[in-house]
Amino acid sequence: MLKIVVCVKAVPDPKLACDLKIDPVTKTLLRCDVPMVLNSLDKHALEAALQIKAENGAYICVLSMGPPEAGSIVKECMALGADKGILLSDPCFGGADAYATAYTLATGVQKIGDVDAVLCGMASSDGATEWVGPEMAVMLGMPVVTRVREIIVGNDESWEVKSALENGYRRMRVRLPALLTVTRDLNAPRALSFSGIIKARKKVITQWRLDDLGVSAETVGIKGSPTIVTEMCAVDNARRVTFLEGTREEKAEQLLQKLIEGGLL
Amino acid sequence: MIDFTFTEEQEMFRKAAREFAETKLAPQVAEMEKTGEVSDAVVKALGEAEMMAITIPEEYGGLGLGYTERLIALEEISRVSVATAMMLQVFALGIEPIVKFGSEELKHKYLPGLASGKRLATTAVTEATGGSDPTGIKSAYTKDGDTFIVNGRKCFITNSHLADTITILAKADDNPKAFCAFVIDKDMPGWKPTHKEHKVGMRGCNTGELSFEDLKIGPEQLLGEEGKGLRVTMAAIGDVGRGGMVGTALGLQAACIEESIKFANQRILYGKPISALQTIQNKIAEMKIDLEAGRLLGYRAAAIQDVGGRSSNEFAVAKYYTTEAAQKAAKMAVDIHGGYGCMEEYPVSRFWRDSAVLGPSAGTSDIMKVIIARWAMS
Repeated sequence: MLKIVVCVKAVPDPKLACDLKIDPVTKTLLRCDVPMVLNSLDKHALEAALQIKAENGAYICVLSMGPPEAGSIVKECMALGADKGILLSDPCFGGADAYATAYTLATGVQKIGDVDAVLCGMASSDGATEWVGPEMAVMLGMPVVTRVREIIVGNDESWEVKSALENGYRRMRVRLPALLTVTRDLNAPRALSFSGIIKARKKVITQWRLDDLGVSAETVGIKGSPTIVTEMCAVDNARRVTFLEGTREEKAEQLLQKLIEGGLL
Repeated sequence: MIDFTFTEEQEMFRKAAREFAETKLAPQVAEMEKTGEVSDAVVKALGEAEMMAITIPEEYGGLGLGYTERLIALEEISRVSVATAMMLQVFALGIEPIVKFGSEELKHKYLPGLASGKRLATTAVTEATGGSDPTGIKSAYTKDGDTFIVNGRKCFITNSHLADTITILAKADDNPKAFCAFVIDKDMPGWKPTHKEHKVGMRGCNTGELSFEDLKIGPEQLLGEEGKGLRVTMAAIGDVGRGGMVGTALGLQAACIEESIKFANQRILYGKPISALQTIQNKIAEMKIDLEAGRLLGYRAAAIQDVGGRSSNEFAVAKYYTTEAAQKAAKMAVDIHGGYGCMEEYPVSRFWRDSAVLGPSAGTSDIMKVIIARWAMS
């Protein structure tokens, strides 16, 4: 049976993005004021795994890195149908950039062992780098296909997938084990169901700390992050309204000037 | 210390119910308002989302969850569609007597279909001469051997034209103190839904009359003991009916607050959003206080019910408080919206109309006070 790992992330609820604040010292998001939700694109990755499971049989393991509160997101994935949930949680993992996150998750995948496929959302709604999936693939020595919009499961050795391009798609066959990052065009994620939540009562979240992964504290979290954030600021989205006066030609001229001044032309 | 927090699982149920309401119900609300008819898509979606199965025991195809979870689901659904919450709450009102008083045969016959939404339930007690005082009903039964023969009319029955499995109450023709509760279904000749009501609010939730003409009911359809049917229906109405109205009212209150804040932050007056005005903040604060207090009353009563206690008095207090608060909140939400609040494009006009139906449903506020006073003085 295929063993699929789905990487998921707890992110601040995008609906409440305007309430997010930035820590002036650490330049990181202050997440405590906004409820955490399952990253939207990760839902598509999980749905893909659940559909593969329904059609061909598979064992689905959800893997996440985050504070203990992120356990509720892992539990939600198990309520949606994942067989196992693992949370990588340790104070040492805090403040990780994309590279350190990829390293920690890749170590988790290695510890799970005998994985046939790793599915990730293309990006997270808070970081949106699109780096974690491909970096994990390099660390795991797996082929990677990004922006997958269709998975045509072939056999246990390779899958045929469609990957989105700006003006179309690429159709390719990828050798397993492989890592795919998926787009929202891939599927329509199922809704959380009451009976799914009840079934998840019996599923226990496994928590792995630094020692369980057997890696050095220098390689994870903020210490293992090569990225240095020097500045972060909130974007001012305030709108300005200007009424143009004059004839149609004069207004067109004024509009042209405004667009040039605004850097739009 | 008393734990006032929901469990992680209950929070997940709330999330699931909210997601369901926002994705499946919200798109249907405009059409329901326009036509005043029940949406088949909504009924189908409720079944698929296991909303009818919440309190039905697992051995009969239900989820075996508690009344707290039911309250959570109703609150979230009402936040989006009060009409749908009302419909759902009365499905449960028709189901509860079968769960609590039905024979094993009746449970196996009806509950799996009701849990999946293939069958739809209601309860029919109210008549022109008796609702809150059910002893005043005129629908009567006579007996022909073991068979009961029922004649009469019921009014203000939610889901009247939708339900195919109905708990009814009738009085003995020859004994004003003997009542029987029966479960009837659509296959039984001798009854039909008649007049459909056109309510001021909760459009999209069907209310109407039922007529019984020589409706023959076998003894196997009896709920509880012969002659003791009042207990059956009153237990369902007291605990489940009032509880359902609490969930419905809480959802409407939450919706009033959300829409008021959204509008108050957008509407500019004197160069600033009206949310900066103390008079507007005062209204929002009052709405919030009522919502928080109502939640404490309602969820406490549900918690009592979940551990097997009778909570009809506690629910009477919660029903009174929350339905009054919902009417107040809807009025304040309309006030905050000013002229826009009277326009159909803004949901608060619907909230206002819906709130008017909350008060009388499952017993008026005055009846709740009668019950509460009896409790206090007992």
